[in-house]
Amino acid sequence: MDTAPTIRLRDLRKTYRVTEREPGLRAALASLVHRRKSEVRAVDGITFDLAPGEIVGFLGPNGAGKTTTLKMLSGLLHPTSGELSVLGYVPWKRDRAFLRRITLVMGQRNQLIWDIPAADSFELNRAIYRIPPADYRRTLDELVALLELEPLLRKPVRNLSLGERMKCEIAAALLHSPAVVFLDEPTIGLDVTMQRRIRTFIAEYRRRHGATVLLTSHYMADVEALCKRVIVIHHGQLLFDGELAALVQKFTADKTIVVQLKDCAADMGAYGEVLSCQDGRTTLRVPKADTARVTGRILAELPVVDLTVEDPPIEEVIERVFAQGAA
Amino acid sequence: MKALAELYLQEIKTGVASMLQYRATLVIWLIGNVLEPLIYLVVWTTVARSTGGSVGGYGVLDFAAYYIVLMLVNQATFTWVMYEFDYRIREGTFSADLLHPVHPIHADIATNLSSKVVNLPFVVAAAAGLAAVFHPAFRFTPLAVAAFVPALVLAFLVRFLVDWTVALAAFWTTRVTAINQIHYMAVLFFSGQIAPLTVLPRPLQVVANVLPFRWTVGFPVELLLGRLTRAQILTGFAAQAAWLLAGALLVRVAWRVSVRRYSAVGA
Repeated sequence: MDTAPTIRLRDLRKTYRVTEREPGLRAALASLVHRRKSEVRAVDGITFDLAPGEIVGFLGPNGAGKTTTLKMLSGLLHPTSGELSVLGYVPWKRDRAFLRRITLVMGQRNQLIWDIPAADSFELNRAIYRIPPADYRRTLDELVALLELEPLLRKPVRNLSLGERMKCEIAAALLHSPAVVFLDEPTIGLDVTMQRRIRTFIAEYRRRHGATVLLTSHYMADVEALCKRVIVIHHGQLLFDGELAALVQKFTADKTIVVQLKDCAADMGAYGEVLSCQDGRTTLRVPKADTARVTGRILAELPVVDLTVEDPPIEEVIERVFAQGAA
Repeated sequence: MKALAELYLQEIKTGVASMLQYRATLVIWLIGNVLEPLIYLVVWTTVARSTGGSVGGYGVLDFAAYYIVLMLVNQATFTWVMYEFDYRIREGTFSADLLHPVHPIHADIATNLSSKVVNLPFVVAAAAGLAAVFHPAFRFTPLAVAAFVPALVLAFLVRFLVDWTVALAAFWTTRVTAINQIHYMAVLFFSGQIAPLTVLPRPLQVVANVLPFRWTVGFPVELLLGRLTRAQILTGFAAQAAWLLAGALLVRVAWRVSVRRYSAVGA
């Protein structure tokens, strides 16, 4: 089996030079003569590998450097320093053989031609990627079936809803059956049902084609459903690389205990931090190490109807990870 | 080669389909493209009449012939790629083109050709209408017509390559409009649009000979109208060939440098 990583980053960096100036007319005039430049380290020394066929969630708050990294991986940006290889190619050289084997889907950009039906854009992509007719037919049929595109194909793209358009965008981006798929917020702005459908599709596509997928999303449901492994970056630096479960373990010091009592009379503050109390249902936060002891006490001392111990929601964990990274 | 032909076919198909979506825009463009030469035509025929019937070797009916053919040639060689590039860079849609495993100039040439396909019947009709009104002095010879076809194709290619290079300025500055304006004025003056070049003062003619613009508009027009000697025709073709080579080289270098900048500064 081929064990060479499909994607390989070593100490990857990207520094932008930006012009700065103070507000006001005087500063505006001064900037005519002299521009003050400053450097922004968008990606500041990132190292990781992706094995063939792996699907990894790439997380970080806005401005963390996710999109910059994806653009370097897909060859749109030239790294300032560091090593980078995708499928054995150096992305920024934009070798045609490389470009034929990758795709980048940006949820906030559209690549389909606005005024004509998606089917026409698909045909154009067939010519651009030189897809053999038989392969094209087969892939298109597969994508149409998986994404339920049949009723959308003949409508002008501008008449499609956001979700419908996104499905067509994804299909257009996958017609050439890329081995590496970069997805930048593919479900942004979509309703829950459509998010789930796209998620299911991504999993199915990867299963069928053995594609390597790197996915960014602000919806943790996407990441939970698709990715065992996550990579978290913040301020351009790697914060975490490992299993999602381990991330939760590492960054949660607490558990949540939800207790349903016959009434709300008891003073629950003695057991832990009360997050909410309503109709006899109390939500407590307790340190992870104390969970068993506190649960035992509550069960022994109070008239409990129901009790559950939970990890905090993944959104909360991520929020904590980002907050910690910022500190 | 077959794959490239296939690409052009698809690009032209989608280009035509997109363009037909906007009939109103199409009509407005056409009106503009007919009006501009019409204005010069009226101005110059008026000047010719008031100076005893002729200016710089052009009589009233010669001006009519000149501007009607110029309208057709201009239509055939015209590009709007500078405005397109400005939009692409500002809106960030250019990244999608860069991800394609094919040079983006092909898509631009094809889209431009598709606009010619869509506009051709209307422009020919407009030319016929103008001919009916102004009774131009056409004296087409078989040789001139035969030489006109390759001259027009070369004119299109040269104009396209030059415009495409100018359009790459969008990578370097956000104030492309100013550059486009200068370029537009240069084309207007030195291509023979504002006046036939033989009407202009001698120094301006010399400048026009060195710049590419004359060879993209004025030369094919004068060629078809039979106003050029055999030597002038050969010179014209030589100039077109030289500019085609220079243009191709220019595009290659400018493209490489611009993309390097784009991928350094950020998409």
